[in-house]
Amino acid sequence: MEDEIASLGAVIGAVWAGGKSMTATSGPGFSLMQENLGYACMTETPCVIVNVQRSGPSTGQATKAAQGDVLQARWGTHGDHEMIALSPHSVQETFDIMIDAFNLSEKYRNPVIILLDGEIGHIREKIVFPDPDSIEVIPRNIAAGNADPFGGERIPPMIEFGMNQQVHVTGSTHKPDGMRDVSTMEVHDTLIRRIYDKIDSGREDIIKYEEHFTDDFDYLIISYGATARPTMGAVLSLREQGIKIGFLRYITIWPFANRITKSLCARAKKVFVPEMNLGQLSREIQRFTDKEVVSISKIGGVCHTIAEIEEAVVSNI
Amino acid sequence: MQTQPHHKLTKYLRTDVLPNAFCAGCGGGTILNIFCNVLEEMEIDPNEIIAVTGIGCSSWIPSPYLKVDTLHTTHGRAIAFATGVKVMKPKKRVIVIAGDGDLSGIGGNHLIHAARRNIGLTVFLVNNYIYGMTGGQVSPTTPYSVKSSTTPYGNVERPFEIAELVAAAGADYVSRWSTYHIFQLKKSMKEALNKNGFSFIEITSQCPTSYGRRVGMRNGIDQLLDFKEKSIGIKKAEHLSSAELEEKMIVGKLIDRNRPEFTDGLRRVNEAAAG
Repeated sequence: MEDEIASLGAVIGAVWAGGKSMTATSGPGFSLMQENLGYACMTETPCVIVNVQRSGPSTGQATKAAQGDVLQARWGTHGDHEMIALSPHSVQETFDIMIDAFNLSEKYRNPVIILLDGEIGHIREKIVFPDPDSIEVIPRNIAAGNADPFGGERIPPMIEFGMNQQVHVTGSTHKPDGMRDVSTMEVHDTLIRRIYDKIDSGREDIIKYEEHFTDDFDYLIISYGATARPTMGAVLSLREQGIKIGFLRYITIWPFANRITKSLCARAKKVFVPEMNLGQLSREIQRFTDKEVVSISKIGGVCHTIAEIEEAVVSNI
Repeated sequence: MQTQPHHKLTKYLRTDVLPNAFCAGCGGGTILNIFCNVLEEMEIDPNEIIAVTGIGCSSWIPSPYLKVDTLHTTHGRAIAFATGVKVMKPKKRVIVIAGDGDLSGIGGNHLIHAARRNIGLTVFLVNNYIYGMTGGQVSPTTPYSVKSSTTPYGNVERPFEIAELVAAAGADYVSRWSTYHIFQLKKSMKEALNKNGFSFIEITSQCPTSYGRRVGMRNGIDQLLDFKEKSIGIKKAEHLSSAELEEKMIVGKLIDRNRPEFTDGLRRVNEAAAG
């Protein structure tokens, strides 16, 4: 396609014509996709968008890694909406998470964003392909009979093009049957709250994370994506030095893992958050705790070293 | 309770959303009427059609009124969305109807690239010389010096010659007609629907509300008479100088050829790759 606006447009068109569809880009292209991303939310189009985050804003440091699009993924398109975003920390996990992403998109009829970063995007690692028969694939929920494709249930079934049902798909506010109604307040309120609630009420099912050393800790460190790798190195080294630190790694970034964040932060004296941005997710974490959240931010296109994280923790406890 | 009057073409319409929202004198209804007649005469099953539109009055011609699968997309992006639809369903007739502002302004990039790819879409660009729905802002087809709501002292840009642009970009079929030329337009729609590659008709249409009244043509009929007056057949135009054609609208078929179609090419590549 000629540009990223067209790419996501073609993806959405292909989904309504019966396909499973995805596109991949980095920061500038992801910015271009924001309007059609909102269209996918509003029309409840299951699709997958990979954003290999690079240093920005604008052209920034082309090809250099960053985690600067975390809040853009959540709030980048206009209007009230929920979003699903996943952030893998290895090549193997990237492979595995792509399957989860397609499954979640079909299950919740929502776009799913893979928030990769330039480090993981460029890395070469050994991966093991699972036996295709062992992979769980969630099929598209297609309407039987004449169910409404845009309402009625919290996650309504789809009617695709070519089913002889003259389905009407629009990014304008619409009634459960798909027909436009932009002037009735209740129609908009019901539609947008349902689109919001279907993700919000699915948190326990969607959210994935990993805990390390959280049986016994004084301090907590939280990380995700490429940054989680030197973070793990720092945690092992700090514990060897006798500093009891626990580690929470987010795999799902949005919807935010508020429950585990709240319960682990409550048990910590201080919380450390290394990120390759100026503290985007540490702001979100601070909303769920009254403990001090120390942002260990690094920008410039290079991942944290183990020593940098270690030093930041030691000098702050 | 009133019942819908029976007409042979009502089967092509979503009668529950009628009457339509077009202004008095608008050309949108004429185009919808001609298109439904074409479906009837060509005996096309509406279930074989997927209509993709953008934002603006002209996008409303098929969406929601035409009773087919309809994808009403973001502003300017109809052709991009339609590309995905056509790739997944190459045997369906994927039709884009939208305006000059939508297809040649905000979506101009998609228009020329789809023509270059020669993807088998049928595109009707309804040119009313203005962004009509949003209040008469200047568009890429607004004539030079015309006063619009965003050019109150006159347009200083020269307009696109869209049909010529699309032909140069590589489309298989390109024509230009107006809502005055209903029989020629109907014939051209049939030809366009029979093409395998990218087919395109620029349909000049009247907009008394947002364009006509700014250029001294307050009623729809005034603009129709103007189309009649200024149109000149493409063969006749060949013998005239560009100065003589300055105020004219060239109508007719600009190009009709058969180049390889995009989704056919994709299928060949996929089959070769699969071994």
